[in-house]
Amino acid sequence: MNKDKVLSIRDLSISFQTSAGEVNAIRGVNLDLYQGETLAIVGESGSGKSVTVKAIMGILSGNGKVKSGTIDFTSRKSGEEMKEELLSFSKKEMRRRINGRRIAMVFQDPMTSLNPTMPIGSQIMEGMRYHYKTNKKEAYEKAVKLLDLVGITEPEKRMKSYPHQLSGGMRQRVVIAIALSCDPEILICDEPTTALDVTIQAKILELIKDIQKKTGISVIYITHDLGVVAKVADYVAVMYAGKVVEKGLSEEIFYDPRHPYTWGLLSAMPDLDTHDEVLYTIPGSPFNLLNKTEGDAFAERNRFALNIDYRLEPPMFQVTETHYAATWLLHENAPAVSMPEALKDRIKRMGEEVNSLGGE
Amino acid sequence: MKRYIVKRICISAATLLAILLILFLMLELMPGSPFNDEKLTQSQVALLNAKYGLDKPVFIRFLNYVKNMLSGDFGVSYTISKNTSITTLLASRLPISIRIGGQAVLLGTVVGLLLGLIAALKHNTIFDTMTTVISVLGVSLPSYVFALGLSYTLGYQFKWFPLLYQQQAAVKSSVLPTISLAMFTVATVARFTRTEMLEVLGSDYMLLAESKGLPGWRLILIHGLRNALIPIVTVLAPLVVSLMTGSLVVEKIFSIPGIGSLLVTAIQSNDYNVIVTLAFIYSAMYIGIMLAVDILYGLIDPRIRLAKEDDYEQS
Repeated sequence: MNKDKVLSIRDLSISFQTSAGEVNAIRGVNLDLYQGETLAIVGESGSGKSVTVKAIMGILSGNGKVKSGTIDFTSRKSGEEMKEELLSFSKKEMRRRINGRRIAMVFQDPMTSLNPTMPIGSQIMEGMRYHYKTNKKEAYEKAVKLLDLVGITEPEKRMKSYPHQLSGGMRQRVVIAIALSCDPEILICDEPTTALDVTIQAKILELIKDIQKKTGISVIYITHDLGVVAKVADYVAVMYAGKVVEKGLSEEIFYDPRHPYTWGLLSAMPDLDTHDEVLYTIPGSPFNLLNKTEGDAFAERNRFALNIDYRLEPPMFQVTETHYAATWLLHENAPAVSMPEALKDRIKRMGEEVNSLGGE
Repeated sequence: MKRYIVKRICISAATLLAILLILFLMLELMPGSPFNDEKLTQSQVALLNAKYGLDKPVFIRFLNYVKNMLSGDFGVSYTISKNTSITTLLASRLPISIRIGGQAVLLGTVVGLLLGLIAALKHNTIFDTMTTVISVLGVSLPSYVFALGLSYTLGYQFKWFPLLYQQQAAVKSSVLPTISLAMFTVATVARFTRTEMLEVLGSDYMLLAESKGLPGWRLILIHGLRNALIPIVTVLAPLVVSLMTGSLVVEKIFSIPGIGSLLVTAIQSNDYNVIVTLAFIYSAMYIGIMLAVDILYGLIDPRIRLAKEDDYEQS
């Protein structure tokens, strides 16, 4: 691979100290993000998606502790390559050098993520004023441009507006404008469309894609909506119980999924052209990370589980150069198990649909 | 906003007038008169009543009073200090009460805010626990307990401050009463600041501000404290009034010549004009501070300010 790596997470483990005991939220995560590409992290609530990106930003909550691992960030902004290990930075250094400036984040709920007592213009200008000491006039002009870029009409007039005067979709656009204000190299979107209604969702996704095309920014998406993933992602990582269980190119995950959990996720997507009466769900509830794991954390909910799944945690098996999955089913001695028929049928239909839309 | 303020001031004036009328009616119902002396004969009392205009019906007296009041004349004292005008009577007392009260408000707010902030930032540490203990003590112990404790230790044992209020050492002798009065404010403000700050610190917009990479002080003061201030201002308003108008017990303990004790004496001796004036001052201060708080709300929270402006644009 000759693409430029921007972010490389190796063996990241994070635990939280709670009153009920130690919760191992992240257990050895490996992920890569390449220049100008989009990585989507998918998984149920509590699978560790948000914790992973909060660790990248250095904004883990007080009781969180990084137990092991490295996050290497390669910056190519000023022409020359600069490699930095983010976990070695103190909170203060992260704030001064990385947060907002190199890596920016868009949060889930635009209704609550803007300061209610500050005009949106000031909230956009704040980052530039602090990081680059931009003077007021320049910062103002740039903020107006950014508002225009994210598709807010009459940007000059809106600069003085307060968050409560804007709709949810507009607020999320403002949050994106804030994130872009310091020309970061990585944009992290933590479920950016979950709190918005469907028509606005599509527009926000389009917007982020558009910005990516214009600025060449690398994007990490966190979502549990596979529909979103299909629209935006180049590369997909499926997380379960604090581990990446399958990762690969978007096409590989959608058309040739290997992990039973990914099968479950894909089957659980609502589908209009099916003969099934009820929507498929993965049985059971997410693994409780308070418990120590023995074997595969997904084994109890997995109807394809093998005996070994209850005793030994599966390693990452390589499927193709880019596609990996952590399931014993890929072991050479495993019985031949393939994905459920219904899912196979659906994937076939998805493929046909994409082909028929291909000429668009 | 301007129209809103003007409207509020008009409403305040009407409220004050209503309060005044109620006061007059209540005094009328109160048993006895300022001239309850057994040595006075019936005709002497009638003469006195006529002299001060007390023989007229209550409504006429009310109108006369309002008319005089508007020209700055609050009448004279009947019994406490015969024939002295109320203005002179209060001139020496009101400033003392207001000064000590003002000092207590300032001290209480500043210390309370600091304690609350520290407690919230150092959540679940020894600082936090200490603040909670101080808050509980300050709220549950009445101010005279602090007053007695302080005057025994700092006043009597260490002799740092005078035990009683001395006019010639006004600053030094106001220290102990100020601290005793401020304790309740410290406790209340600290408790509220801590709770509000904790809530704000856990909010999404603080996380966003943090992810922008802003320096710590800016995060806490500009993004945090401003949002936490809104509920704090609400609890502060009644505290300010009750402190400014003097505390009877603390004034007694340190024998401060303030207005708290004057009011009690006046009520006991039916000194109508003193009662009316003091009650009027209390009400005026209360209404004034409430108005100030409302305007302050608008300054702190744009949602309130803009909502009010919108209301007026529509009407």
